[in-house]
Amino acid sequence: MLASLLAAVGDFTPPTVDFHALAPEIVLAVGLVVVLLVDLFVADHRRWITGTLAGFFMLGAVLPVVTLAVIGGDVRDALGDGRYVVDNFSLVLKALFLLAGYVVVLLSTNEMEEGGYYQGEYYVLLLSSVLGMVMLTSSRDLISVFVALEFLSIPAYMMAAWKKRDRKSNEAGVKYYLLGVFASAVLLYGFSLLYGLANSTKLVDIAGVITLEGDKVGVQVLAVAFAIIGFAFKISAVPFHTWAPDTYEGAPLPVTAFLSVASKAAGFVGLIALVYLTFPAAEEVYRPFLWVLAAATMTMGNLVALKQKNVVRLLAYSSISQGGFILMPLAMAGTGDAAGPALRAVMTYLVIYAATNLGAFAIIIAVTRKTRSGDISSFGGLFSYAPGVTVMMTIFLASLAGIPPLGGWYAKFGAFRAVVDAGGGWGYSIAVIGAINAVIATAYYIMLMREMWMKPVPDGDTTPIKVQAPVMAALAITGVCTVLFGVLPGLVSKFGDITDLAGAFGL
Amino acid sequence: MIQNQQWLLSLGVFLPLVGVAVMLFIPKSDESTVKGVAVLTAAATLAVGIYTMVQFDWDKAGSLQFFTTNKWITPIKATYTIGLDGISLPLYVLSMIITLLVMIYSWDHVPSPGNPKAFFILMLVLQTGMAGTFVAQDLILFFVFFEVVLLPMYFMIGVWGGENRQYASLKFFLYTMFGSALMLVSFIALFVVTKNNAADPDAANFSFQWFMENGAGVAKNTAIWIFAGMFIGFAVKVPMFPFHTWLPDAHTQAPTQGSVILAAILLKLGTYGFVRIAIPFLPQAAVKWAPVIAVLAVIGIIYGALGCLAQTDMKRLIAFSSVAHMGFVMLGISTLTTLGINAALFGMVAHGLITGMLFFIAGSVKERYHTLEIKRLRGMLLQMPKMGWILGFSAMASLGLPGLAGFWGEFPALLASWNPLNGADLPFGGLSLTLFRVLTIIAALGTVLAAAYLLWLYQRTAFGEPSAEFAGLGADGHAAHGHDAHGHGAADHGDADSDGHADHGDHEPIHDVNKFEWVAWTPLLIAIVVFGVVPQLMFKVIDPGVTELVKVFGGK
Repeated sequence: MLASLLAAVGDFTPPTVDFHALAPEIVLAVGLVVVLLVDLFVADHRRWITGTLAGFFMLGAVLPVVTLAVIGGDVRDALGDGRYVVDNFSLVLKALFLLAGYVVVLLSTNEMEEGGYYQGEYYVLLLSSVLGMVMLTSSRDLISVFVALEFLSIPAYMMAAWKKRDRKSNEAGVKYYLLGVFASAVLLYGFSLLYGLANSTKLVDIAGVITLEGDKVGVQVLAVAFAIIGFAFKISAVPFHTWAPDTYEGAPLPVTAFLSVASKAAGFVGLIALVYLTFPAAEEVYRPFLWVLAAATMTMGNLVALKQKNVVRLLAYSSISQGGFILMPLAMAGTGDAAGPALRAVMTYLVIYAATNLGAFAIIIAVTRKTRSGDISSFGGLFSYAPGVTVMMTIFLASLAGIPPLGGWYAKFGAFRAVVDAGGGWGYSIAVIGAINAVIATAYYIMLMREMWMKPVPDGDTTPIKVQAPVMAALAITGVCTVLFGVLPGLVSKFGDITDLAGAFGL
Repeated sequence: MIQNQQWLLSLGVFLPLVGVAVMLFIPKSDESTVKGVAVLTAAATLAVGIYTMVQFDWDKAGSLQFFTTNKWITPIKATYTIGLDGISLPLYVLSMIITLLVMIYSWDHVPSPGNPKAFFILMLVLQTGMAGTFVAQDLILFFVFFEVVLLPMYFMIGVWGGENRQYASLKFFLYTMFGSALMLVSFIALFVVTKNNAADPDAANFSFQWFMENGAGVAKNTAIWIFAGMFIGFAVKVPMFPFHTWLPDAHTQAPTQGSVILAAILLKLGTYGFVRIAIPFLPQAAVKWAPVIAVLAVIGIIYGALGCLAQTDMKRLIAFSSVAHMGFVMLGISTLTTLGINAALFGMVAHGLITGMLFFIAGSVKERYHTLEIKRLRGMLLQMPKMGWILGFSAMASLGLPGLAGFWGEFPALLASWNPLNGADLPFGGLSLTLFRVLTIIAALGTVLAAAYLLWLYQRTAFGEPSAEFAGLGADGHAAHGHDAHGHGAADHGDADSDGHADHGDHEPIHDVNKFEWVAWTPLLIAIVVFGVVPQLMFKVIDPGVTELVKVFGGK
């Protein structure tokens, strides 16, 4: 009826909506509402239902992603104007975000129930944040990119402060919020410049204008730089990383896991959209920019990680440095014929890193539940009384360190391959910096392994660790993925073929 | 290449993992079942290895056999390609033999803090990594197997090692990791460069064959840089001077089993990498690098020997002798001649057998005396005559006595370095005759030093009367006699005295070689003699492959 009214007013034609393409988003939106409603009507002791429902809807949303992937073929233009697109690139990432969201639900179940947190609201926020991420993967327009980004960020600010009686958690939330909003402002400023230059919010239109030629080069450079900085906050690239360690340490552990994996991946999705779709021709600007960010991020992240005494802070800095490795191929995306390998490397890295890091957090959740301490020394002697947990953690840490035959090695390999493919001074120099950093990184992963395998139990308390069923499930998923991606990396490297994204250029 | 029985090598490589999978389901407390399954797996693996030898076509030792190639990581052009030729075969089978023997030895020698389940699992995982490295015919596959051994060895040293194990294991890990990171970058660079040079870039892949065909075409300066990355990766593993500093620490702190595997197999991964990858793929760079390698090798020989003379700990001494022996191997490789590389490959196996044996003895001595300090050990021949004789035999083998295996690694290497690859008309040029001849003379001095430190070690530990603190512990009359004669002399040993008395109560009587040790050691001892007397057994297998390999230099 609205449409007909509008049609009467002007020459408005309703967009042809491809509901199949939008199905994952719709399922999530429905889930969001259902969880919110159910939360109103269930008794306190049954609040766990909200968690189960949230997990159910996350998995439910994977279904249409699978059907869309199976049908495959053309790029689906969900709203008929090329601003919201479903292609293989976005499908892979949608699946990644939904599954990561599901694992976070698994990790949250016990934590939320035992900690006396608001449960229903938590899962509503989690679902909204995941919905924002899922939308971001398809957005091909400045407005929808920005809306999706805020959609995924704002719930995350609140989730970071979810331990509301804990000062550190409050600090985490506030810090994340203030810096996040600041980053959004910077990003928005960059977007406004892009729009001003191109007179269009559509990414492909902008790509045609940002060529670093003509009389507005200065503005173009500024726009590119601001847009990148906006996302650099999101992926906690040095020097925009300062929020990350405090936020990670203060937030509830499942939220930390979520932030360090899904939220970071979302930032990279944004960067990919910028580098590949918005200003591919501005290579001269974004390459040195991202090159410096990548080098600084991995080096700083690593060096600071070496000194950490708290395991969550350790993983926070490790995740910063991993971000540097993911940035590395992105910086070289426009050089030589590295575009394809670089995109593939980033995608592969994101998928493998997600599995591995979520697994590591699952272990930390299981262990700290017993030790009630985040100190690295509280992992001492874990091998003597919890060998299974120790071996799993060793697998995750070795994967993060990039030791074959675990997933991480292939992720790192892809990144190196892409920059060497790009070649030239930029490519080779970042490859060497990366190689040196890869070794520094192993030092702190090994440090944690040493704690578990070789150090004595700190307080002599060797009661076995009981891993809750949901955490066990999360461990099974992430563990299998970590090993499988390492032994048969072909499974994951199918994703991120350049042609998958190329569909978007044509629109 | 011969594509017969394609399943055979995969079976040999992955069978240990099947054992691991079974062992995961056995409770930790059921120690004898755990050990039984592990030893059985290792035995089955060796059986596969022996069957492989039987099926191996000895007349075609120069070409790859049991060759298989399969898709693996298609997007990066890495394939699952494995094959076995005469160069790999001895090392492949050696890794299986050593693993089995080490396991048998471990039956009643599980080092503190126990937990045989984890210990045996780590050894089986190591076995897969080692065997896989020797059969891999794809650079990425090689890299993966090469790295698989890293973590198990790290844990073996770090958990079951000596006093200073955490430091030693970390050092081992970081050194190796540093080497392999640069190595990986150079592998990728080599791939990208050959791909860009190729007429048909789409045909590029990571198989050894591709690099054999295209590596020589890489521009010389680029090749020299790529070689540098590989050089560091492999040289750390060998280890060559000046990258060797992790080795004495790792060996001294590692449990006996770890030391044996490390010395016998893991070090060979580095030298094997030079022979199989760095040199044939980039011959133009190899010729430029050979003098550097040779000089470092000879420094290693002399430095290792001098290091040995300065050691007070028996195990550390053996570790330093490894640096010297691997120096001979590298010297052989650096000549780029058939003779030199043959000698190097022989030396690798011989060093594996002999130094492995020496580490076994060191472990058993440590177990009995609770110390390896040379000045506290005396009169082993009186107290444990069999052990003493075995030590003597192994020391003789190690110093390169003709008639034992060690000789055939060292002597031909020296011969080869007198006549290195030479001649300006060769496709990639020759090597400096003068330099290599000078190096030969210095290296020959190294053999004299080797005799000195080994005989001196033997003299100090095996001859004479048992020292006072252990004198009463002998199982037979000799030791009792020693006790009577020197009972009073104990007061002279001010520092050892208090220790000695404190330990005294804990010591069990010192017994000679036990049955597990006999089972584990006899095959090694026999092999040392057999290969010493009939070196042709091994040279026959290695030579065709080496001849094939050296053709690339156009030399002899």
